[in-house]
Amino acid sequence: MLIESGSPVPADTRVGISLTINGETRALQVAPWTSLLDLLREQLDLTGTKKGCDHGQCGACTVLINGIRVNSCLTLAVMKDGAEITTVEGLSALAAGGAGANGLHPIQDAFIAHDAFQCGYCTSGQLCSSVGLMNEGHAHSRDEIREAMSGNLCRCGAYTNIVDAIEDVMQAGTTPAGAPQGAAR
Amino acid sequence: MVATFSSTGKDTFVGSPRSRVDGPAKVTGLAKYAGEFAAPDLAHGYVVSSAIAKGRIKAIDTAAAEAVPGVVKVFTHENRPRTAWLNYNYQDAVAPPGAPFRALYDDKIHYSGQPVALVVAEDFETARHAASLVSLDYEAEEPLTDTEAARDLAYRPSMNRNGIKPPPKPWGDPDQAYDQAPVKIREDYRLAIEHHNPMEPHASTVVYEGDGRYTVYDKIQGVSNSQGYLASVFGLNKDDLRVMNPYLGGGFGSGLRPQYQLFLAMLAARELERSVRVVLTRDQMWSFTYRPDALQTITLGAAQDGTLQALRHDAIEGTSHFEDYQEVVVNWAAILYKCDNVELTYRLAKLDTFTPGDMRAPGAVTGVFAIETAMDELAYATGQDPIRLRLKNYTEHDQTMQDKPFGSKALKSCFAQGAERFGWDKRDPEPRAMRDGRELVGWGMATGVWESMMMQTSAHAILTADGKLEVGNSTGDLGTGTYTILTQIAADTLGLTMEDVTTKLGDTRLPEAPVAGGSWTAASSGTAVMKACRDVGEQVFRLARQMENSPLANVDFDRVAFTDGRIEVAGDPGRSVTLVEAMRAGGVDRLEATAQAAPDKDFNDAYEAYTHSAIFAEVKVDEELGQVRLTRIVSAVAAGKILNPKTARSQILGGVVMGIGSALEEESMLDHRLGRFMNHNLGEYHVPVNADIYDIDVIFVEEEDKANPLGVKGLGEIGIVGTAGAIANAVFHATGKRIRHLPITVDKIIG
Repeated sequence: MLIESGSPVPADTRVGISLTINGETRALQVAPWTSLLDLLREQLDLTGTKKGCDHGQCGACTVLINGIRVNSCLTLAVMKDGAEITTVEGLSALAAGGAGANGLHPIQDAFIAHDAFQCGYCTSGQLCSSVGLMNEGHAHSRDEIREAMSGNLCRCGAYTNIVDAIEDVMQAGTTPAGAPQGAAR
Repeated sequence: MVATFSSTGKDTFVGSPRSRVDGPAKVTGLAKYAGEFAAPDLAHGYVVSSAIAKGRIKAIDTAAAEAVPGVVKVFTHENRPRTAWLNYNYQDAVAPPGAPFRALYDDKIHYSGQPVALVVAEDFETARHAASLVSLDYEAEEPLTDTEAARDLAYRPSMNRNGIKPPPKPWGDPDQAYDQAPVKIREDYRLAIEHHNPMEPHASTVVYEGDGRYTVYDKIQGVSNSQGYLASVFGLNKDDLRVMNPYLGGGFGSGLRPQYQLFLAMLAARELERSVRVVLTRDQMWSFTYRPDALQTITLGAAQDGTLQALRHDAIEGTSHFEDYQEVVVNWAAILYKCDNVELTYRLAKLDTFTPGDMRAPGAVTGVFAIETAMDELAYATGQDPIRLRLKNYTEHDQTMQDKPFGSKALKSCFAQGAERFGWDKRDPEPRAMRDGRELVGWGMATGVWESMMMQTSAHAILTADGKLEVGNSTGDLGTGTYTILTQIAADTLGLTMEDVTTKLGDTRLPEAPVAGGSWTAASSGTAVMKACRDVGEQVFRLARQMENSPLANVDFDRVAFTDGRIEVAGDPGRSVTLVEAMRAGGVDRLEATAQAAPDKDFNDAYEAYTHSAIFAEVKVDEELGQVRLTRIVSAVAAGKILNPKTARSQILGGVVMGIGSALEEESMLDHRLGRFMNHNLGEYHVPVNADIYDIDVIFVEEEDKANPLGVKGLGEIGIVGTAGAIANAVFHATGKRIRHLPITVDKIIG
């Protein structure tokens, strides 16, 4: 019953989809019940996207789908045929003026500079969510950032530093490119 | 002081704010955690959890699960491969007294959520699906999970937990002194059960290397503990077991002991002779350790001026039927306040739950909340400022330890600097006196305290001919900043740049270090790394001195400084040799040293060592809705030398945020009829989110301490201790309502 990928799912239940992940278009055969998160982590070895709860309650799995931040654990991969997906591994390529000297997106630099993480496990989700938030363009004040970042839990308690980092990047006007027209929550 | 850790006499890196050296790996997603390591033959395990809390499994039917294509094997108590026989073999390095839980041991159910089967399949989704098909028939008994209902069964543990100080013998006559005291406070305090819930669920990946050898990636706060446990339980040679965990997605104590997913992954890997990964679900993060509930009573007798005359702190804390977990709950009051009549008691009550465990500042979060709330009550009862009351009862000696003096205690500076930053002098002490629109404003304060410890630790340093240095040991970096501070210490000790230094942690092939916990890692691993680097420094120095026409000839080691990659005569930088030149001249490719650090016996004989803090909190309480916002907090901390103000500040921020959680949000709710935690997910178990956190101001007050050569006292716990007390006191100030049972939720405020 095993098919080539090692998965026991019968071949005829698999669905062919095409996803552009971090700029690379891939033709994939996925089971209809495979979440985007499990596809990334288990099949594509993109483990930068984290599984914190698998229930859409913690935000660790946040990725950008066509520039919009989404919980990848609540997204079936087959629903996103043709979509453009950015994970933390592809974030630097989104930088408007190109990545910085160290090859990072400004928000990644700002997270390091402001010590906006400790254990690092929520960080990928926080970063993607930050870029999504800036794409949305709704948050202008500190309070609005805090509110709009509340879907991303950080158990280490780096919240104030996360807000500092986002504010910094927003004020520097280096809002990332790649946001589609009318991208909104 | 400076010269104690930097032979250059100047700290280039230590003491200055530095970004995390593991930052780039963490912001790019390249940092791999225990459940993310792959292997070509990797199988996935999914745990089936017990639906009842007490009783036995009458029957377990795995046929439907095994019939699912892709299922490799279903492990249950009926087909479990043999492991070590004696309970002793299951006791890990930090186990409390008792017989540790063994997954799939027999048909008995000890607690709700207990693992009863492991389904191993070719992929995760198949394992998860098949796990839902395992059918169990139970014979259920009535569980007892309510600490209050178990009160009458409470007992003093027959064996003390290693490293946990039991309550001291009473002194004076606290009952008589209380009877005669003009001011009396006697109240009960409680704190809800909390679960650690690090963002990374517990996970273990066991990679089978063939020939009975394994590489194990385990979510643990110190890989040596997992290695020892696996070797003992599975009868394996430590040389065949490499345990690694370079990054830990948070621990807060839940990763101190090897948890059942490690046992199950190893069990399956050994039986199947292939690699197996077991990752717990978020729900299953409620199926092992937790911060226990404690029934506490504080009794204070005082003179009219607030001087303490009688002090009792009595606590009964829940534990499991199979182990006597213990933590220091009741000693803190007598460590903080001078009193001539004191009795402290600590008892346990058996519950049908898993064994509780250390959670950030274990015991202190619980006990200090109680005493610091009671002291606020005494401040009101005696009509005086809470800081003045604390200063009136201040002590420079630890009465619980034969009145030994503290090695250092800059708590008075914490009070002064914290109060000034907060604007405490503008406080109107009258409850409900301050208001901002429809919100009542409350200002409260409390003291924090945590023991400053050091553990036997080793570390190595390897200098190679290219001038690069590697240091490391087997302890873990939970996000605490250990990679970074060790890099700073190593760079300063040998006069290198931080970029020249690579710090490696979380690998049993590195020198052995204890689990990262108790706030002891900076002192212990920091000292060991510094000593290993100094040893390497002496070796290079000897090579430099032997060089032909060496500028360092006839110079003693204590007269040279390491700076900018060179060894120079102190005060005479013209006379120097680079480390690279010295090694080349000596014809060596690498110089290596392993050093040990251990607590200073002389210091410990003479002094007691604690960190302290003063926390000031502002709450705004919606008068009609009872909703609390924690709008401002100042935490002034005295913790000795601060190695890296940037990561140190984050440690305190994290402690404060978790303290806010315990004060206002966190509560694992048991349905005592079922013996089950009902809100086992992050939607119903509330932890602080970004919108809950406003301004947090961290102050490090100057404090000189000599317990270790670095002068550090540790920061992992102190940020949380006392925070809930300060918040509860602020809620009283805002509302006039004294809430003694955490968390402070809307129902308690308007109820």
